[in-house]
Amino acid sequence: MSTSVRSDPAAGRPAAGNPGVPVLRTLAAHTWWMTGRRLKVLAKQPAFVVIMLVQPAIWLFLFGNLFRRVVELPGFGAGDYLDYIVPGVVVMTAVSSNMWAGMGLLEEIERGTLNRLLTTPVFRSAIMNALVAEQAISTAVQVLAIMLLGLLAGADYPGGVAGLVVLLVAALLLGTVFSALSNTIGMLVRQRETIIGVNTLLLLPLTFLSSAFMAESLMPSWMRAIADANPVNWALDAARAAMTADPDWGVVAVRCGWLALAAAAMVFLSTRTFRAYQKSV
Amino acid sequence: MSHAVTADQLHKSYPGGVKALDGLSLDVRAGEVFGLLGPNGAGKSTTVKILTTLARPDSGTAVVAGHDVLRHPERVRREIGVVAQRSALDPMASGRDNLTLQGRIFGVRGTALRRRVGELLDRFDLTGAADRVVRGWSGGMQRRLDVALALVHRPGVLFLDEPTTGLDPEGRAAMWAEIGRLAADESMAILLTTHYLDEADRLAARLAIVDGGRIVAHGTPAHLKEELRGDAVHLELRQPPDEPTARQVIALVPGLREVALDGRRLSARADDGAAAVPAALAALESAGIGVAAVTVARPSLDDVYLRHAGRRFAA
Ligand SMILES: Nc1ncnc2c1ncn2[C@@H]1O[C@H](COP(=O)(O)OP(=O)(O)O)[C@@H](O)[C@H]1O
Ligand SMILES: [Mg+2]
Repeated sequence: MSTSVRSDPAAGRPAAGNPGVPVLRTLAAHTWWMTGRRLKVLAKQPAFVVIMLVQPAIWLFLFGNLFRRVVELPGFGAGDYLDYIVPGVVVMTAVSSNMWAGMGLLEEIERGTLNRLLTTPVFRSAIMNALVAEQAISTAVQVLAIMLLGLLAGADYPGGVAGLVVLLVAALLLGTVFSALSNTIGMLVRQRETIIGVNTLLLLPLTFLSSAFMAESLMPSWMRAIADANPVNWALDAARAAMTADPDWGVVAVRCGWLALAAAAMVFLSTRTFRAYQKSV
Repeated sequence: MSHAVTADQLHKSYPGGVKALDGLSLDVRAGEVFGLLGPNGAGKSTTVKILTTLARPDSGTAVVAGHDVLRHPERVRREIGVVAQRSALDPMASGRDNLTLQGRIFGVRGTALRRRVGELLDRFDLTGAADRVVRGWSGGMQRRLDVALALVHRPGVLFLDEPTTGLDPEGRAAMWAEIGRLAADESMAILLTTHYLDEADRLAARLAIVDGGRIVAHGTPAHLKEELRGDAVHLELRQPPDEPTARQVIALVPGLREVALDGRRLSARADDGAAAVPAALAALESAGIGVAAVTVARPSLDDVYLRHAGRRFAA
Protein backbone atom coordinates (compact mmCIF):
# COMPACT_ATOMS: atom_id res chain seq x y z
CA MET A 1 0.00 0.00 0.00
CA SER A 2 2.66 2.47 0.97
CA THR A 3 6.22 2.40 -0.13
CA SER A 4 8.43 1.77 2.81
CA VAL A 5 9.86 4.99 4.10
CA ARG A 6 13.31 4.66 5.50
CA SER A 7 13.54 7.96 7.28
CA ASP A 8 13.68 6.39 10.70
CA PRO A 9 16.68 7.11 12.75
CA ALA A 10 15.11 4.40 14.89
CA ALA A 11 15.03 1.83 12.12
CA GLY A 12 17.56 -0.87 12.71
CA ARG A 13 17.05 -0.94 16.42
CA PRO A 14 14.17 -2.09 18.58
CA ALA A 15 11.75 0.55 19.78
CA ALA A 16 11.21 1.92 23.22
CA GLY A 17 10.87 -0.48 26.08
CA ASN A 18 10.87 -3.57 23.89
CA PRO A 19 14.40 -4.72 23.51
CA GLY A 20 14.49 -7.59 21.09
CA VAL A 21 11.20 -6.98 19.34
CA PRO A 22 11.97 -7.03 15.62
CA VAL A 23 11.84 -3.66 13.97
CA LEU A 24 9.25 -4.68 11.39
CA ARG A 25 6.82 -5.85 14.03
CA THR A 26 7.25 -2.63 15.92
CA LEU A 27 6.78 -0.62 12.74
CA ALA A 28 3.60 -2.56 12.05
CA ALA A 29 2.36 -1.93 15.59
CA HIS A 30 3.14 1.78 15.37
CA THR A 31 1.43 2.03 12.00
CA TRP A 32 -1.59 0.27 13.43
CA TRP A 33 -1.81 2.62 16.43
CA MET A 34 -1.35 5.71 14.30
CA THR A 35 -4.02 4.51 11.85
CA GLY A 36 -6.40 3.53 14.64
CA ARG A 37 -5.96 6.93 16.16
CA ARG A 38 -7.08 8.61 12.93
CA LEU A 39 -9.93 6.18 12.30
CA LYS A 40 -11.27 6.78 15.81
CA VAL A 41 -11.57 10.44 14.95
CA LEU A 42 -13.61 9.47 11.91
CA ALA A 43 -15.83 7.16 13.95
CA LYS A 44 -16.58 9.98 16.38
CA GLN A 45 -18.13 11.97 13.54
CA PRO A 46 -21.04 9.81 12.42
CA ALA A 47 -22.55 12.64 10.37
CA PHE A 48 -19.40 12.76 8.31
CA VAL A 49 -19.43 9.00 7.80
CA VAL A 50 -23.04 9.16 6.63
CA ILE A 51 -22.20 11.93 4.16
CA MET A 52 -19.24 9.88 2.92
CA LEU A 53 -21.67 7.10 2.04
CA VAL A 54 -24.61 9.15 0.84
CA GLN A 55 -22.65 11.25 -1.61
CA PRO A 56 -21.72 8.39 -3.95
CA ALA A 57 -25.29 7.11 -3.69
CA ILE A 58 -26.54 10.48 -4.92
CA TRP A 59 -24.07 10.46 -7.79
CA LEU A 60 -25.07 6.96 -8.76
CA PHE A 61 -28.73 7.97 -8.74
CA LEU A 62 -28.27 11.34 -10.49
CA PHE A 63 -25.90 10.31 -13.22
CA GLY A 64 -27.66 6.99 -13.62
CA ASN A 65 -30.94 8.71 -14.43
CA LEU A 66 -29.69 11.82 -16.17
CA PHE A 67 -27.49 10.03 -18.70
CA ARG A 68 -29.40 6.75 -18.86
CA ARG A 69 -30.07 7.02 -22.54
CA VAL A 70 -26.51 7.81 -23.68
CA VAL A 71 -25.98 4.08 -24.13
CA GLU A 72 -28.30 4.37 -27.09
CA LEU A 73 -25.76 6.58 -28.87
CA PRO A 74 -24.18 4.69 -31.75
CA GLY A 75 -20.73 3.50 -30.80
CA PHE A 76 -21.16 3.79 -27.00
CA GLY A 77 -20.51 0.13 -26.68
CA ALA A 78 -22.26 -0.71 -23.41
CA GLY A 79 -25.67 -2.25 -22.92
CA ASP A 80 -26.77 -0.87 -19.57
CA TYR A 81 -25.77 2.54 -18.27
CA LEU A 82 -25.99 1.54 -14.60
CA ASP A 83 -23.45 -1.25 -15.22
CA TYR A 84 -21.34 1.31 -17.02
CA ILE A 85 -21.23 3.99 -14.29
CA VAL A 86 -20.60 1.84 -11.22
CA PRO A 87 -16.84 1.99 -11.88
CA GLY A 88 -17.23 5.67 -12.82
CA VAL A 89 -18.83 6.55 -9.51
CA VAL A 90 -16.31 4.39 -7.61
CA VAL A 91 -13.40 6.16 -9.23
CA MET A 92 -14.87 9.64 -8.84
CA THR A 93 -15.51 8.91 -5.17
CA ALA A 94 -11.97 7.68 -4.65
CA VAL A 95 -10.61 10.89 -6.13
CA SER A 96 -12.96 13.25 -4.37
CA SER A 97 -12.54 11.82 -0.88
CA ASN A 98 -8.79 11.32 -1.01
CA MET A 99 -8.29 14.86 -2.26
CA TRP A 100 -9.16 16.10 1.22
CA ALA A 101 -6.45 14.12 3.01
CA GLY A 102 -4.28 17.22 3.25
CA MET A 103 -6.90 18.87 5.46
CA GLY A 104 -6.42 16.23 8.12
CA LEU A 105 -2.67 16.57 7.99
CA LEU A 106 -2.91 20.34 8.12
CA GLU A 107 -5.06 20.03 11.20
CA GLU A 108 -2.45 17.80 12.85
CA ILE A 109 0.20 20.39 12.09
CA GLU A 110 -1.90 23.25 13.39
CA ARG A 111 -2.98 21.43 16.51
CA GLY A 112 0.59 20.54 17.33
CA THR A 113 -0.24 16.83 17.52
CA LEU A 114 2.17 16.04 14.70
CA ASN A 115 4.99 17.80 16.53
CA ARG A 116 4.11 16.02 19.75
CA LEU A 117 4.36 12.66 18.00
CA LEU A 118 7.67 13.68 16.49
CA THR A 119 9.20 14.12 19.95
CA THR A 120 8.19 10.56 20.90
CA PRO A 121 9.88 7.33 19.76
CA VAL A 122 7.08 6.61 17.30
CA PHE A 123 8.47 5.56 13.91
CA ARG A 124 8.39 8.46 11.51
CA SER A 125 7.38 6.14 8.70
CA ALA A 126 4.47 4.86 10.81
CA ILE A 127 3.08 8.38 10.82
CA MET A 128 3.32 8.54 7.04
CA ASN A 129 1.99 5.01 6.54
CA ALA A 130 -0.98 5.82 8.74
CA LEU A 131 -1.95 8.70 6.49
CA VAL A 132 -2.10 6.31 3.53
CA ALA A 133 -3.75 3.48 5.45
CA GLU A 134 -6.47 5.67 6.93
CA GLN A 135 -7.43 6.92 3.48
CA ALA A 136 -7.29 3.43 2.00
CA ILE A 137 -9.59 2.01 4.66
CA SER A 138 -12.21 4.70 4.33
CA THR A 139 -12.00 4.53 0.53
CA ALA A 140 -12.48 0.76 0.68
CA VAL A 141 -15.62 1.18 2.78
CA GLN A 142 -17.01 3.67 0.28
CA VAL A 143 -16.17 1.46 -2.68
CA LEU A 144 -17.81 -1.60 -1.15
CA ALA A 145 -20.91 0.47 -0.37
CA ILE A 146 -21.16 1.63 -3.99
CA MET A 147 -20.77 -1.91 -5.29
CA LEU A 148 -23.49 -3.11 -2.98
CA LEU A 149 -25.76 -0.23 -3.88
CA GLY A 150 -25.21 -0.90 -7.58
CA LEU A 151 -26.13 -4.51 -7.03
CA LEU A 152 -29.32 -3.51 -5.21
CA ALA A 153 -30.21 -1.13 -8.04
CA GLY A 154 -29.86 -3.98 -10.50
CA ALA A 155 -26.35 -3.57 -11.91
CA ASP A 156 -24.68 -6.63 -13.44
CA TYR A 157 -21.05 -7.46 -12.71
CA PRO A 158 -20.17 -9.88 -15.49
CA GLY A 159 -16.52 -9.94 -14.40
CA GLY A 160 -17.58 -11.38 -11.06
CA VAL A 161 -15.59 -11.08 -7.87
CA ALA A 162 -12.27 -10.81 -9.72
CA GLY A 163 -13.53 -7.77 -11.63
CA LEU A 164 -14.73 -6.12 -8.44
CA VAL A 165 -11.41 -6.80 -6.74
CA VAL A 166 -9.59 -5.08 -9.61
CA LEU A 167 -11.98 -2.14 -9.32
CA LEU A 168 -11.24 -1.90 -5.60
CA VAL A 169 -7.47 -2.14 -6.07
CA ALA A 170 -7.51 0.44 -8.84
CA ALA A 171 -9.59 2.77 -6.68
CA LEU A 172 -7.19 2.38 -3.74
CA LEU A 173 -4.14 3.05 -5.90
CA LEU A 174 -5.80 6.06 -7.46
CA GLY A 175 -6.88 7.26 -4.02
CA THR A 176 -3.29 7.00 -2.81
CA VAL A 177 -2.12 9.16 -5.72
CA PHE A 178 -4.52 11.88 -4.68
CA SER A 179 -4.18 11.61 -0.91
CA ALA A 180 -0.39 11.81 -1.18
CA LEU A 181 -0.73 14.77 -3.54
CA SER A 182 -3.11 16.46 -1.14
CA ASN A 183 -0.79 15.82 1.82
CA THR A 184 2.10 17.27 -0.14
CA ILE A 185 0.14 20.40 -0.98
CA GLY A 186 -1.05 20.69 2.62
CA MET A 187 2.48 20.52 4.02
CA LEU A 188 3.84 22.90 1.42
CA VAL A 189 1.29 25.67 1.54
CA ARG A 190 -0.22 25.15 5.01
CA GLN A 191 -3.40 26.74 3.87
CA ARG A 192 -6.88 25.29 3.68
CA GLU A 193 -7.95 27.63 0.92
CA THR A 194 -5.33 26.27 -1.43
CA ILE A 195 -6.45 22.69 -0.87
CA ILE A 196 -10.07 23.68 -1.43
CA GLY A 197 -9.10 25.61 -4.56
CA VAL A 198 -7.04 22.81 -6.06
CA ASN A 199 -9.75 20.25 -5.37
CA THR A 200 -12.51 22.36 -6.84
CA LEU A 201 -10.39 22.99 -9.87
CA LEU A 202 -9.40 19.38 -10.45
CA LEU A 203 -12.32 17.11 -9.58
CA LEU A 204 -14.68 17.69 -12.49
CA PRO A 205 -12.09 17.97 -15.28
CA LEU A 206 -10.34 14.84 -14.03
CA THR A 207 -13.62 12.98 -13.88
CA PHE A 208 -14.97 14.09 -17.23
CA LEU A 209 -11.66 13.71 -19.01
CA SER A 210 -12.05 10.00 -18.41
CA SER A 211 -14.45 7.30 -19.38
CA ALA A 212 -16.25 7.62 -16.02
CA PHE A 213 -19.59 8.67 -17.49
CA MET A 214 -18.98 8.81 -21.22
CA ALA A 215 -17.40 6.27 -23.54
CA GLU A 216 -13.98 7.38 -24.67
CA SER A 217 -14.84 6.58 -28.28
CA LEU A 218 -17.42 9.37 -28.24
CA MET A 219 -15.02 12.03 -26.95
CA PRO A 220 -13.41 14.61 -29.24
CA SER A 221 -9.95 13.39 -30.15
CA TRP A 222 -8.09 16.09 -28.15
CA MET A 223 -10.01 14.99 -25.07
CA ARG A 224 -9.10 11.40 -25.69
CA ALA A 225 -5.45 12.41 -25.84
CA ILE A 226 -5.72 14.04 -22.41
CA ALA A 227 -7.69 11.14 -21.02
CA ASP A 228 -4.85 8.79 -21.94
CA ALA A 229 -2.58 10.67 -19.58
CA ASN A 230 -5.18 10.91 -16.82
CA PRO A 231 -4.63 8.48 -13.91
CA VAL A 232 -8.38 8.52 -13.32
CA ASN A 233 -8.76 7.00 -16.76
CA TRP A 234 -6.08 4.41 -16.08
CA ALA A 235 -8.11 3.20 -13.12
CA LEU A 236 -11.22 3.03 -15.28
CA ASP A 237 -9.45 1.20 -18.11
CA ALA A 238 -8.18 -1.40 -15.66
CA ALA A 239 -11.55 -1.81 -13.97
CA ARG A 240 -13.55 -1.96 -17.20
CA ALA A 241 -11.13 -4.49 -18.69
CA ALA A 242 -11.53 -6.71 -15.64
CA MET A 243 -15.26 -6.28 -15.18
CA THR A 244 -16.31 -7.86 -18.46
CA ALA A 245 -17.25 -11.47 -19.00
CA ASP A 246 -14.00 -11.89 -20.92
CA PRO A 247 -11.37 -9.89 -19.01
CA ASP A 248 -8.29 -8.51 -20.76
CA TRP A 249 -5.68 -9.13 -18.07
CA GLY A 250 -2.93 -7.50 -20.11
CA VAL A 251 -4.69 -4.12 -19.95
CA VAL A 252 -5.43 -4.66 -16.26
CA ALA A 253 -1.76 -5.36 -15.49
CA VAL A 254 -0.40 -2.43 -17.50
CA ARG A 255 -2.89 0.11 -16.18
CA CYS A 256 -2.56 -1.04 -12.58
CA GLY A 257 1.21 -0.93 -13.00
CA TRP A 258 1.08 2.69 -14.08
CA LEU A 259 -1.22 3.53 -11.20
CA ALA A 260 1.11 1.81 -8.76
CA LEU A 261 4.02 3.80 -10.16
CA ALA A 262 2.11 7.05 -9.89
CA ALA A 263 1.11 6.20 -6.32
CA ALA A 264 4.68 5.32 -5.38
CA ALA A 265 5.96 8.54 -6.93
CA MET A 266 3.39 10.63 -5.04
CA VAL A 267 4.08 8.91 -1.73
CA PHE A 268 7.78 9.48 -2.31
CA LEU A 269 7.11 13.15 -3.00
CA SER A 270 5.01 13.51 0.14
CA THR A 271 7.74 11.85 2.19
CA ARG A 272 10.29 14.31 0.86
CA THR A 273 7.95 17.15 1.69
CA PHE A 274 7.49 15.71 5.16
CA ARG A 275 11.23 15.93 5.68
CA ALA A 276 11.22 19.49 4.45
CA TYR A 277 8.41 20.16 6.92
CA GLN A 278 10.53 18.78 9.75
CA LYS A 279 13.24 21.24 8.80
CA SER A 280 10.84 24.16 8.97
CA VAL A 281 9.56 23.46 12.49
CA MET B 1 25.98 12.04 34.72
CA SER B 2 25.48 15.23 36.65
CA HIS B 3 23.96 17.21 33.80
CA ALA B 4 20.57 16.28 32.43
CA VAL B 5 20.89 18.79 29.61
CA THR B 6 23.83 20.58 28.09
CA ALA B 7 23.55 22.86 25.11
CA ASP B 8 26.65 24.37 23.62
CA GLN B 9 26.69 27.29 21.22
CA LEU B 10 23.38 26.64 19.51
CA HIS B 11 22.73 28.67 16.40
CA LYS B 12 19.55 28.52 14.37
CA SER B 13 18.15 30.72 11.65
CA TYR B 14 14.79 30.33 10.01
CA PRO B 15 14.14 30.94 6.33
CA GLY B 16 13.60 34.62 5.85
CA GLY B 17 16.67 35.51 7.84
CA VAL B 18 15.24 35.32 11.35
CA LYS B 19 18.06 34.50 13.72
CA ALA B 20 16.23 32.56 16.41
CA LEU B 21 19.32 31.38 18.32
CA ASP B 22 22.64 33.13 18.31
CA GLY B 23 25.07 31.04 20.31
CA LEU B 24 22.90 29.86 23.16
CA SER B 25 24.49 27.63 25.79
CA LEU B 26 23.00 26.29 28.98
CA ASP B 27 23.07 23.32 31.30
CA VAL B 28 20.43 21.75 33.49
CA ARG B 29 21.58 19.62 36.40
CA ALA B 30 19.97 16.31 37.22
CA GLY B 31 16.98 16.81 39.50
CA GLU B 32 16.71 20.58 39.28
CA VAL B 33 14.15 22.97 37.85
CA PHE B 34 15.91 25.26 35.44
CA GLY B 35 14.08 28.36 34.25
CA LEU B 36 14.56 29.88 30.83
CA LEU B 37 13.15 33.35 31.08
CA GLY B 38 12.68 35.77 28.24
CA PRO B 39 10.20 37.83 26.23
CA ASN B 40 8.30 36.61 23.18
CA GLY B 41 10.62 35.88 20.31
CA ALA B 42 13.69 35.48 22.53
CA GLY B 43 14.31 31.93 21.32
CA LYS B 44 12.90 29.87 24.20
CA SER B 45 10.71 27.61 22.09
CA THR B 46 13.42 27.18 19.48
CA THR B 47 15.74 26.00 22.24
CA VAL B 48 13.13 23.52 23.46
CA LYS B 49 12.49 22.26 19.93
CA ILE B 50 16.17 21.57 19.40
CA LEU B 51 16.64 19.88 22.77
CA THR B 52 13.58 17.69 22.17
CA THR B 53 14.84 16.59 18.70
CA LEU B 54 12.06 18.34 16.83
CA ALA B 55 14.31 20.88 15.14
CA ARG B 56 17.98 20.75 14.22
CA PRO B 57 20.39 23.56 14.99
CA ASP B 58 22.46 25.09 12.20
CA SER B 59 25.47 24.59 14.43
CA GLY B 60 26.23 23.74 18.03
CA THR B 61 25.73 20.59 20.05
CA ALA B 62 23.38 19.41 22.73
CA VAL B 63 23.30 16.39 24.99
CA VAL B 64 20.08 15.37 26.71
CA ALA B 65 19.85 12.53 29.23
CA GLY B 66 23.30 11.43 28.17
CA HIS B 67 22.57 11.26 24.44
CA ASP B 68 23.55 13.57 21.64
CA VAL B 69 20.40 15.10 20.15
CA LEU B 70 21.83 15.13 16.65
CA ARG B 71 23.48 11.73 16.57
CA HIS B 72 20.97 9.73 18.61
CA PRO B 73 17.67 11.57 18.56
CA GLU B 74 15.76 8.30 18.99
CA ARG B 75 17.53 7.61 22.28
CA VAL B 76 16.82 11.10 23.51
CA ARG B 77 13.13 10.73 22.67
CA ARG B 78 12.78 7.75 24.97
CA GLU B 79 14.07 9.67 27.96
CA ILE B 80 12.21 12.95 27.70
CA GLY B 81 8.74 14.31 28.32
CA VAL B 82 7.68 17.33 26.32
CA VAL B 83 4.95 19.89 26.88
CA ALA B 84 4.90 22.26 23.92
CA GLN B 85 3.94 25.89 24.17
CA ARG B 86 0.56 25.20 22.61
CA SER B 87 -1.62 22.37 23.78
CA ALA B 88 -1.22 19.33 21.50
CA LEU B 89 -3.99 16.88 22.32
CA ASP B 90 -6.15 14.74 20.05
CA PRO B 91 -9.33 16.76 20.46
CA MET B 92 -11.67 14.01 19.32
CA ALA B 93 -10.22 11.43 21.71
CA SER B 94 -11.01 11.14 25.41
CA GLY B 95 -8.47 12.06 28.05
CA ARG B 96 -7.95 8.39 28.81
CA ASP B 97 -7.41 7.54 25.11
CA ASN B 98 -4.90 10.35 24.73
CA LEU B 99 -2.92 9.02 27.70
CA THR B 100 -3.19 5.38 26.66
CA LEU B 101 -1.88 5.97 23.15
CA GLN B 102 1.00 8.06 24.44
CA GLY B 103 1.89 5.30 26.90
CA ARG B 104 1.81 2.65 24.17
CA ILE B 105 4.16 4.63 22.00
CA PHE B 106 6.62 4.55 24.87
CA GLY B 107 6.23 0.83 25.29
CA VAL B 108 4.08 0.82 28.44
CA ARG B 109 1.61 -2.08 28.21
CA GLY B 110 -1.31 -3.87 29.75
CA THR B 111 -2.11 -3.42 33.42
CA ALA B 112 0.95 -1.26 34.01
CA LEU B 113 -0.40 1.13 31.41
CA ARG B 114 -3.92 1.12 32.82
CA ARG B 115 -2.61 1.75 36.30
CA ARG B 116 -0.32 4.58 35.16
CA VAL B 117 -3.12 6.26 33.21
CA GLY B 118 -5.47 6.08 36.19
CA GLU B 119 -2.77 7.43 38.47
CA LEU B 120 -2.07 10.43 36.24
CA LEU B 121 -5.75 11.21 35.76
CA ASP B 122 -6.15 11.24 39.55
CA ARG B 123 -3.08 13.26 40.14
CA PHE B 124 -4.09 15.99 37.70
CA ASP B 125 -7.66 15.95 38.92
CA LEU B 126 -9.03 14.77 35.58
CA THR B 127 -10.70 11.51 36.60
CA GLY B 128 -14.19 12.98 36.38
CA ALA B 129 -13.75 14.00 32.75
CA ALA B 130 -11.46 11.12 31.77
CA ASP B 131 -13.83 9.43 29.34
CA ARG B 132 -15.16 12.57 27.74
CA VAL B 133 -13.77 13.89 24.48
CA VAL B 134 -11.03 16.43 25.18
CA ARG B 135 -12.48 19.02 22.83
CA GLY B 136 -15.05 20.06 25.41
CA TRP B 137 -12.60 20.44 28.29
CA SER B 138 -11.57 23.78 29.77
CA GLY B 139 -8.21 25.27 28.84
CA GLY B 140 -6.81 24.52 32.28
CA MET B 141 -7.85 20.87 32.10
CA GLN B 142 -6.35 20.50 28.65
CA ARG B 143 -3.08 21.98 29.86
CA ARG B 144 -2.99 19.57 32.79
CA LEU B 145 -3.57 16.70 30.38
CA ASP B 146 -0.67 17.97 28.25
CA VAL B 147 1.58 17.63 31.30
CA ALA B 148 0.14 14.24 32.23
CA LEU B 149 0.86 13.02 28.69
CA ALA B 150 4.48 14.06 29.01
CA LEU B 151 4.81 12.05 32.23
CA VAL B 152 3.23 8.78 31.20
CA HIS B 153 6.58 6.97 30.71
CA ARG B 154 8.29 8.55 33.77
CA PRO B 155 10.84 10.57 31.83
CA GLY B 156 14.10 11.62 33.43
CA VAL B 157 14.04 15.03 31.79
CA LEU B 158 10.90 17.11 31.37
CA PHE B 159 10.54 20.11 29.07
CA LEU B 160 7.78 22.56 29.86
CA ASP B 161 7.40 25.36 27.33
CA GLU B 162 5.37 28.12 28.95
CA PRO B 163 3.13 25.67 30.83
CA THR B 164 1.03 28.36 32.50
CA THR B 165 0.57 30.88 29.70
CA GLY B 166 -3.12 31.45 29.15
CA LEU B 167 -4.20 29.88 32.45
CA ASP B 168 -6.30 31.78 34.97
CA PRO B 169 -4.69 32.55 38.36
CA GLU B 170 -6.15 29.43 39.94
CA GLY B 171 -4.92 27.28 37.09
CA ARG B 172 -1.47 28.78 37.39
CA ALA B 173 -1.34 28.17 41.12
CA ALA B 174 -2.34 24.53 40.63
CA MET B 175 0.25 24.08 37.89
CA TRP B 176 2.95 25.64 40.06
CA ALA B 177 2.12 23.28 42.89
CA GLU B 178 2.31 20.32 40.54
CA ILE B 179 5.64 21.36 39.02
CA GLY B 180 7.07 21.89 42.48
CA ARG B 181 5.91 18.42 43.46
CA LEU B 182 7.42 16.80 40.37
CA ALA B 183 10.79 18.30 41.08
CA ALA B 184 10.71 17.39 44.76
CA ASP B 185 9.23 13.87 44.65
CA GLU B 186 10.43 12.47 41.36
CA SER B 187 13.87 14.04 41.17
CA MET B 188 13.20 14.84 37.57
CA ALA B 189 15.23 17.46 35.76
CA ILE B 190 12.86 20.10 34.45
CA LEU B 191 13.57 22.77 31.89
CA LEU B 192 10.83 25.33 32.19
CA THR B 193 10.44 28.30 29.90
CA THR B 194 8.37 31.25 30.93
CA HIS B 195 7.88 34.90 30.34
CA TYR B 196 6.58 35.39 33.85
CA LEU B 197 9.23 36.65 36.20
CA ASP B 198 7.34 35.56 39.27
CA GLU B 199 7.05 32.06 37.88
CA ALA B 200 10.78 31.72 37.28
CA ASP B 201 11.48 33.27 40.68
CA ARG B 202 9.19 30.87 42.42
CA LEU B 203 9.93 27.58 40.65
CA ALA B 204 13.45 27.65 39.29
CA ALA B 205 16.48 26.61 41.29
CA ARG B 206 18.61 28.25 38.64
CA LEU B 207 17.62 30.34 35.70
CA ALA B 208 18.93 31.95 32.58
CA ILE B 209 17.66 35.08 30.96
CA VAL B 210 17.48 34.73 27.21
CA ASP B 211 17.21 37.65 24.85
CA GLY B 212 17.82 37.82 21.13
CA GLY B 213 18.73 34.13 20.95
CA ARG B 214 21.45 34.14 23.58
CA ILE B 215 21.77 33.92 27.33
CA VAL B 216 22.36 37.33 28.83
CA ALA B 217 22.50 36.29 32.50
CA HIS B 218 22.28 33.14 34.54
CA GLY B 219 22.43 31.98 38.13
CA THR B 220 20.09 31.33 41.04
CA PRO B 221 17.28 33.87 41.40
CA ALA B 222 18.76 35.01 44.72
CA HIS B 223 22.22 35.35 43.26
CA LEU B 224 20.97 37.31 40.28
CA LYS B 225 19.12 39.66 42.56
CA GLU B 226 22.07 40.05 44.91
CA GLU B 227 24.20 41.10 41.99
CA LEU B 228 22.08 44.18 41.93
CA ARG B 229 23.16 45.53 45.29
CA GLY B 230 20.81 47.87 47.06
CA ASP B 231 17.40 49.12 46.02
CA ALA B 232 15.79 49.70 42.69
CA VAL B 233 14.63 53.28 42.23
CA HIS B 234 12.03 53.86 39.52
CA LEU B 235 11.06 57.35 38.47
CA GLU B 236 8.15 57.87 36.14
CA LEU B 237 8.66 61.12 34.24
CA ARG B 238 5.82 63.32 33.05
CA GLN B 239 7.06 63.17 29.48
CA PRO B 240 9.89 61.48 27.60
CA PRO B 241 12.89 63.65 28.43
CA ASP B 242 15.80 64.75 26.32
CA GLU B 243 17.95 61.71 26.97
CA PRO B 244 21.44 63.20 27.30
CA THR B 245 20.18 65.93 29.62
CA ALA B 246 18.33 63.51 31.86
CA ARG B 247 21.32 61.20 32.07
CA GLN B 248 23.66 64.06 32.84
CA VAL B 249 21.43 65.36 35.60
CA ILE B 250 20.97 61.97 37.23
CA ALA B 251 24.65 61.10 36.99
CA LEU B 252 25.40 63.98 39.34
CA VAL B 253 23.06 62.69 42.07
CA PRO B 254 25.19 61.02 44.76
CA GLY B 255 24.37 57.39 45.53
CA LEU B 256 22.64 56.53 42.20
CA ARG B 257 24.22 54.20 39.66
CA GLU B 258 23.34 51.95 36.72
CA VAL B 259 20.92 54.44 35.31
CA ALA B 260 18.62 53.13 32.58
CA LEU B 261 16.15 55.18 30.62
CA ASP B 262 13.30 53.55 28.79
CA GLY B 263 10.77 56.04 27.42
CA ARG B 264 9.33 57.86 30.40
CA ARG B 265 10.72 55.34 32.87
CA LEU B 266 13.99 56.07 34.52
CA SER B 267 15.52 53.36 36.69
CA ALA B 268 18.62 53.27 38.80
CA ARG B 269 20.18 51.44 41.73
CA ALA B 270 20.98 52.93 45.08
CA ASP B 271 22.53 51.48 48.24
CA ASP B 272 19.94 53.43 50.15
CA GLY B 273 17.05 54.23 47.87
CA ALA B 274 15.06 56.33 50.31
CA ALA B 275 18.02 58.64 50.86
CA ALA B 276 18.74 59.12 47.18
CA VAL B 277 15.21 59.99 46.11
CA PRO B 278 14.99 63.60 47.42
CA ALA B 279 18.25 64.58 45.71
CA ALA B 280 17.16 62.94 42.46
CA LEU B 281 13.80 64.72 42.51
CA ALA B 282 15.42 68.09 43.21
CA ALA B 283 17.97 67.66 40.44
CA LEU B 284 15.36 66.65 37.86
CA GLU B 285 12.95 69.44 38.85
CA SER B 286 15.68 72.07 38.53
CA ALA B 287 16.49 70.77 35.05
CA GLY B 288 12.83 71.16 34.12
CA ILE B 289 12.08 67.44 34.03
CA GLY B 290 8.81 66.74 35.81
CA VAL B 291 8.41 63.56 37.83
CA ALA B 292 5.01 61.89 38.02
CA ALA B 293 5.75 59.02 40.40
CA VAL B 294 8.54 57.45 42.38
CA THR B 295 8.94 53.90 43.68
CA VAL B 296 11.72 52.35 45.67
CA ALA B 297 11.83 48.59 45.81
CA ARG B 298 13.96 45.61 46.62
CA PRO B 299 15.46 44.25 43.41
CA SER B 300 13.25 41.84 41.53
CA LEU B 301 13.90 39.62 38.57
CA ASP B 302 12.36 42.40 36.55
CA ASP B 303 15.32 44.54 37.53
CA VAL B 304 17.68 41.72 36.69
CA TYR B 305 16.13 41.54 33.28
CA LEU B 306 16.36 45.29 32.79
CA ARG B 307 19.97 45.32 33.76
CA HIS B 308 20.99 42.51 31.43
CA ALA B 309 18.71 42.92 28.48
CA GLY B 310 18.92 46.69 28.59
CA ARG B 311 15.20 47.24 28.50
CA ARG B 312 12.06 46.68 30.52
CA PHE B 313 10.63 43.26 30.61
CA ALA B 314 7.55 43.56 28.42
CA ALA B 315 5.63 40.32 28.81
N1 LIG C 1 9.03 27.77 12.48
C1 LIG C 1 9.51 29.03 12.41
N2 LIG C 1 9.67 29.61 11.21
C2 LIG C 1 10.17 30.87 11.12
N3 LIG C 1 10.52 31.62 12.17
C3 LIG C 1 10.37 31.11 13.40
C4 LIG C 1 9.86 29.78 13.58
N4 LIG C 1 9.84 29.53 14.92
C5 LIG C 1 10.31 30.63 15.53
N5 LIG C 1 10.64 31.59 14.63
C6 LIG C 1 11.22 32.92 14.95
O1 LIG C 1 12.35 32.72 15.75
C7 LIG C 1 12.41 33.65 16.81
C8 LIG C 1 12.42 32.93 18.15
O2 LIG C 1 11.16 32.31 18.33
P1 LIG C 1 10.80 31.41 19.57
O3 LIG C 1 11.91 30.47 19.83
O4 LIG C 1 9.46 30.83 19.31
O5 LIG C 1 10.73 32.47 20.75
P2 LIG C 1 10.04 32.37 22.18
O6 LIG C 1 9.59 30.97 22.40
O7 LIG C 1 11.08 32.82 23.13
O8 LIG C 1 8.88 33.31 22.15
C9 LIG C 1 11.21 34.57 16.63
O9 LIG C 1 11.64 35.72 15.94
C10 LIG C 1 10.27 33.75 15.78
O10 LIG C 1 9.48 34.58 14.98
MG1 LIG D 1 7.80 30.27 22.77
